[in-house]
Amino acid sequence: MGSDPFIAGPGQARTKGSDPKVALAWAREHLFSSWGNTAVTLMIVYLLWKLMLPFLDWALVKAVWWSPDGKACRVEDSGACWALIADKHRFMLFGTYPFDAQWRPALASLIFVALYVVSAIRACWRPWLALVWLGGLAAIGVLMWGGVFGMVYVENERWGGLALTLLLATFGIAIAFPLSILLALARRSTMPVIRWLAIGYIELIRGVPLISLLFMASVMLPLFLPEGVTIDKLLRAQIAMILFAAAYLAEVVRGGLQAIPRGQYEAAQALGLSYWKMMGFIILPQALRISIPPLVNTFIGFFKDTSLVLIIGLFDLLTTVKVSLTEPKWTGFGVEAYIFASAVYFIFCFAMSRYSQALEASLGAAQSRGTNGAGKGVA
Amino acid sequence: MHYSLRDARFRALVFQVVALGAVLAALAYLVSNTVTNLEARKIASGFGFLAREAGFAIGETTFIVYSAADSYLRALAVGLANTFRVALVGVVLATVVGTLVGLARLSSNWLVSRLATLYVEVLRNVPLLVQLFFWYAIISENLPGPRAALNPLPGVFLSNRGIAVPTLVIESAHAWVLGAFGLGLLLAWRLAVWARRRQARTGQQFHAFWAGLAIALGLPLAVFLGAGAPSALEVPALAGFNFAGGATLTPEFAALLAGLTIYTASFIAEIVRAGVLAVQRGQFEAAYALGLHRNLAMRLVVLPQALRVIVPPLTSQYLNLTKNSSLAVAIGYPDIVSIANTAINQTGQAIEGIAIIMTVYLTISLSISAFMNWYNKRIALVER
Repeated sequence: MGSDPFIAGPGQARTKGSDPKVALAWAREHLFSSWGNTAVTLMIVYLLWKLMLPFLDWALVKAVWWSPDGKACRVEDSGACWALIADKHRFMLFGTYPFDAQWRPALASLIFVALYVVSAIRACWRPWLALVWLGGLAAIGVLMWGGVFGMVYVENERWGGLALTLLLATFGIAIAFPLSILLALARRSTMPVIRWLAIGYIELIRGVPLISLLFMASVMLPLFLPEGVTIDKLLRAQIAMILFAAAYLAEVVRGGLQAIPRGQYEAAQALGLSYWKMMGFIILPQALRISIPPLVNTFIGFFKDTSLVLIIGLFDLLTTVKVSLTEPKWTGFGVEAYIFASAVYFIFCFAMSRYSQALEASLGAAQSRGTNGAGKGVA
Repeated sequence: MHYSLRDARFRALVFQVVALGAVLAALAYLVSNTVTNLEARKIASGFGFLAREAGFAIGETTFIVYSAADSYLRALAVGLANTFRVALVGVVLATVVGTLVGLARLSSNWLVSRLATLYVEVLRNVPLLVQLFFWYAIISENLPGPRAALNPLPGVFLSNRGIAVPTLVIESAHAWVLGAFGLGLLLAWRLAVWARRRQARTGQQFHAFWAGLAIALGLPLAVFLGAGAPSALEVPALAGFNFAGGATLTPEFAALLAGLTIYTASFIAEIVRAGVLAVQRGQFEAAYALGLHRNLAMRLVVLPQALRVIVPPLTSQYLNLTKNSSLAVAIGYPDIVSIANTAINQTGQAIEGIAIIMTVYLTISLSISAFMNWYNKRIALVER
C-alpha cells in the first residue's frame, strides 16, 4: 500500500504524526494543495462523518453479539445481528458434516491453506512441490471421506461450507492446470487440426457463462453417460469447473508462451531437442514463470466463481450462509450474513491478489534489471 | 512425403487424423448414449416445444407484451430482452463509475485516491453472487415498506417493492424533439467533416466541436421550447400497498444492476488507471514542445495511446458483465437463463434449453470479438 515514491513529496507518509511540522507539510501537499482539493477533502470528511458514524453505531455499538434464540436482534433500535454468525458459524463453515467430526474438514481446510502458503514461497518451486501437493490432496481426501483409522465414513453429499469451497477451487485448479498447458500448446501447434480443436474448445467455453456449464453438468451430463453409470452432483460440478478453468488458464499460459522470444525455440531445436524436450526443459519453465501473476489472478476469479455452485444446489460457503437465513429466528438478517460471507471470500482473494502483485513486482524487477524503466508506471 | 513415422509431415498427418478421430468417436459415443437415455426416459427432442404454451407468468418484461398463455418462444424473447436491458444499462453505468474511480485512484488528493483504492480492493475480491445477494437483502429486507418509503429526491421513492421514479408524460412533441436531435447530430457531423477538409486544404481552423455541440443541442432545445416545453411528469404515488404511476425498478432489477455495475466498475477502474499510466510523461511533453494546446495534446496524442491499452480489456469486461448478468437466476430476475431454466424444468428438454442459452451467449461473444479484431487491426501500431 506504500505510496508512490516518485510522486510523494518531502515529508513521507511514514514519518507523519511523529513531528507536527512534517505532518502539516504532508497534509498540505496531499490534502489541501489547492482550493479545489481542499473543497474535495472537506466534502469527503463531512460525508464520511455522516455515513461512518451511523455505520459504526450499527456495526459495533448497538450490535447484538450473542443471542442464541435471536430475540435480542428483534428488539427495536438494535444494530447488526452478529449473533447469527455466532450461532451458525459451524454450519456456515462446515455445512451438514457430522458435528462431532467437524475437526476433519477444519483440518482439511488448514491443509489447503498450508498448501497455498508452501506454493507461494519461491524457494519451494521445485519438482518435489508436486509430490507435496499429491500428498496434501490425498490427506484431504482421507480426512473428508474417512472410513479408515477409526474415522467414520462421510459421504460427499454431506460435505459443505468453506471446506467445500476450498475443495472445489483447489481440486479444480490442480487438475485444470496441466490440462490448460496441453490446450495452450495445442493452440500454438503447427498442426491445423490440433490448433482448430483447441481454439474451438477454448472459445466455446470462454464464450458462455459458467452457469450454463454448471446447468449442463447437473442436467445434461447424466444423459451423456451410458445406462447404469451415475456420477454424484459434487463430481459433476467439479468436472464443469475444471473444463471451465482449463479454457481460461490455457489463454494465460498461451500469453506466457507468446512472450518467449523465437530465439529460444530455435536454440532448442539447434541443440537437437525433440518437441517435448524443448517444451519441457526450455520453453515452459520460462513461460510459466512469467505467467504466474496472471495465473494467480485467474485463480482468484475461479475461487470467486465457485460460489456459483449455489445455483445447482451444492452446499458451498455461500449456500450454507444463505440456508442459515431460512431458519425462522434468523430471517431478515441477510445483510449481516452476506457481510460475513464477503469477509471470508475477501480474506482469501485479497491475500492472493497482494501476493500476485508482490510477485509481479519482484519478477518484473528481476526481468528488467539493467534496462531503463524510467517513466513507467506500476500498472 | 515418406509414408513412415520418421517423416515429420507424415507423423503430423497421422497425429491429426488420430486426434480428430478420437474427438469424433467420443462425440458419437456421447450422442448415442444421449439418444438411448432420452428414449428410455421418454423425453421428446427437438425445438417443437417452443411453439407450445409456456403457462408461466414473468414478473417483468421489456418492450415485449407477454402473458402466461403465450408460447415458450415468446417467453424466451422476453428473457433475452431483459438480459439486454440490464446488460446495456449496466455497461453504461459501469463505464461511468469505473472511469471515475480509476481516475480518482490517480488523484493527487490522498483521501480521494485511498478511497478509490479501498473501493477497488474490496469489491474486486468479493464474489459477484455474494454482492448480488447483499444488495437484494438490503432492498428487500432493510428498506421500509411502500407506506414509509424513503424519499431521497422529490418524486423518487425507495421501498422494499423497488425504486419508483417519475416518468415523462410522452406527447407527440417529444418525437419532434428527438428528430431534431438526430438532425442536429447529422449536421454536426457534416460540419466536422467540412472543417477537417477545409483545414487540410487551407490551414484555416474552425471550432467544429463547439459549433457542432451548439447545433446538436440547440436544435432540439429550440423545438422543445417552440412546442411550449411539454414536460409534465408522472410522479409515482402511493395507491393501496404499492406505488402507482411513474416507473418502478423491481428489487430484482435494481439489485442486479447495482451488483453488476459496482462489481464491474472495480475492474474497469483498474483498466482505466493502467491505460493512463501506460502513456509516458514524455508524450505529453513532446506534444507541448510541438506547440499543441493542452486539449489537443490530450485528444491527438495521449488519448489515442491510452485507448489502445484500454479498449481491448474494456470490451472483455463488457462481455463479462453480459455473461455475469446470467446470475440473475439466483435472485429471480427473469433473464434468458432464468426463463430457459424454467422451460427446462417444465418440459424436461434440457439439451435444447441449454443449447439456446449457449447459442445466445456465443453469438454475443463472437460478435464482440469480431468487433475487437476489427478495432485492434485499425489501431494496431504499424511498425516500419
